[in-house]
Amino acid sequence: MNRKKLILNLFKKAYLIRATEKLIIKHYDNNEMKTPMHMSMGEEGIVSGVCTALPKNSRTFGTYRSHGLYLAITQESDKFFAEMYGKVTGVLKGKGGSMHLLSPAHGLLGISAVVGSTIPLAVGNAFANVYLKKKDITAVFFGDGAVDEGVFWESLNIACLKGLPVLFVCEDNRYAVHTPWQVRRGYKNLVNIIKQYNCSVFETDTTDAEQIYKLTSRAVSSIQKKHQPAFLHLKYYRYLEHVGIHEDFNTGYRDKLEFMNWQKKDPIKLLRNKLKELKVSDMEIIKLEEGISKQVTESFQNAKSASFPDSSELLKNTFYEKTN
Amino acid sequence: MKKQIKQAKKKISYRTAINQALHQEMERDNSIFIYGIDVADHKRIFGSTKGLLEKFGPKRVFSTPLSEEALLGFGLGAAISGLRPINVHMRVDFLLLAINQLVNMVASYHYGTDGKIQVPLVIRAIIGKGWGQSYQHSKSLQSFFAHIPGLKVVMPTTPADAKGLLIAAIRNNNPVVVLEHRMLYDVEDEVPIEPIPTPLGIGQILKRGKDITIVATSYSTVEAVKAAQILGKRGISVEVIDPRSIFPLDEDIIIKSVEKTKHCIIVDYDWTFCGFSAEVESRIYEKLSNKLKSKVLRLGFAPTHCPCTRPLEDEFYTDAIKLIRSVEKKLKLTRTDLSKETFYSYENKFRGPF
Repeated sequence: MNRKKLILNLFKKAYLIRATEKLIIKHYDNNEMKTPMHMSMGEEGIVSGVCTALPKNSRTFGTYRSHGLYLAITQESDKFFAEMYGKVTGVLKGKGGSMHLLSPAHGLLGISAVVGSTIPLAVGNAFANVYLKKKDITAVFFGDGAVDEGVFWESLNIACLKGLPVLFVCEDNRYAVHTPWQVRRGYKNLVNIIKQYNCSVFETDTTDAEQIYKLTSRAVSSIQKKHQPAFLHLKYYRYLEHVGIHEDFNTGYRDKLEFMNWQKKDPIKLLRNKLKELKVSDMEIIKLEEGISKQVTESFQNAKSASFPDSSELLKNTFYEKTN
Repeated sequence: MKKQIKQAKKKISYRTAINQALHQEMERDNSIFIYGIDVADHKRIFGSTKGLLEKFGPKRVFSTPLSEEALLGFGLGAAISGLRPINVHMRVDFLLLAINQLVNMVASYHYGTDGKIQVPLVIRAIIGKGWGQSYQHSKSLQSFFAHIPGLKVVMPTTPADAKGLLIAAIRNNNPVVVLEHRMLYDVEDEVPIEPIPTPLGIGQILKRGKDITIVATSYSTVEAVKAAQILGKRGISVEVIDPRSIFPLDEDIIIKSVEKTKHCIIVDYDWTFCGFSAEVESRIYEKLSNKLKSKVLRLGFAPTHCPCTRPLEDEFYTDAIKLIRSVEKKLKLTRTDLSKETFYSYENKFRGPF
């Protein structure tokens, strides 16, 4: 991929996420999107960069904070918005909401609202791929809070023991809900511990999607060459409250100055500057942004006018009924 | 009624029946693999996984780290990716370490993908009893598992069902919890040589009778059949129903039997409060409230934890003696002379430590 094409690709994904969430913020308080939203704002660089670097046919797993992941992978917003409105045209016909966005057709196989709980699934998926002689990679996204869970360490151990092609993507925003890492960790350095495992470790503080893309590409090559997992430790700042669409700097557990420092290197801003460097004109950028905003607005309107699921949907798919 | 096809059978133990099911199914389908703590060690889960490693190799048969939660999630991840995992737990009590995966993930996965993804996952868990297993090696928990939508739960009691229900579980595209009873492992009986599934959700009549129905699960069926045999000698005809499958439940077989006998005791191999026995009792009342000649009686574990020491452990469980006394009370019979009867033959035969 030439550089301009790459940056355009990254920008489109990141901007789609930003535009979608801005629209949500505008309308969430109307009390029609009744689903607890854990907003992605601030992490756009990570999901765009990592997902663009993943080889075709990669499988992915994420968390309840997966607006960004879903949009970066599928680049569709119709089903997305319909799901937010609980409509029958949604990702899960309205049964999942914001915390369960997945898309098996795109390889996005699992999203869970319980911290850490998709990590072992990714390891099992990678095991199955090796078992079935597929060469694909499995990436699992989780926050730094998930590292507090025993299941993270159990899963990492199993993946390393069996040398499975798993990319562990730790999106570290330093807070588990509202609790900072300083009062959660009885150890000095996470990455140094993970280096003791049979696992390649990559880390960066950048919010630059292009750098994250490059680092992910290196991590992917290391998985393929060394036949062992890789751990990608990436940092970002969660712009909004843990759940909901508002800022929470007045609550005292974090300082707005932190946010302002991170905002200077806002992932969308960085990508826009790169486009300018690459001689993409302001007009072209505006056109691009307007196109994405139009897509999102249409999806939003379609979702509002769509129907709710019929009551006959309630019991469907509790069991798979066609066997035996 | 469908004509029963005659099958060639052989007398084998419950343990061998499980082992045979695994061999035959793994031979039939390369996507099946079996794993868990000690699956491939020298003891081979009380012999039930014997020979699998040698035949199918370490890719399909392996022991694991002691990481129950991750390993059940691992099984789920494999099940949604083209494989048919069998996750084994030497005691049901250990499966509790994986309850987040079982309840939050495994049970809801098919629903949570709008039916796009199926979960052909088997969880074998063994119930312990006797020789001082105490309160963390003796749980059964079928009521708890069956409470969760999305899970199927079976409790084989005969060698034929140990084989047939496991085969059905393996071939099913839903998660199935198979609760095997450790003390039944040495029981021998006729088992079809060919791999024939016992359909999930179909109960069986272990002993036909007309005076009273006893609905019994897992090891309680042993006690129920024993009680029925003793009472039979004095002309009391007890029908013993083994639902085999907790969910889905064969309600019809229970209702038909109680409609006939008009008396019912449910002896569930679990606690009674909020339990399977309450579910069965309520279904009987819903269908037969006016036709019963006596109130339905529910028996099960004592409402406490299972003690280690034998005299107290005997009190904890509902055994054949308690069942006989309950039947006598219900049918207003004189006390049966039990002085020449032998009880606890399984418990007395069983040698620990595990």
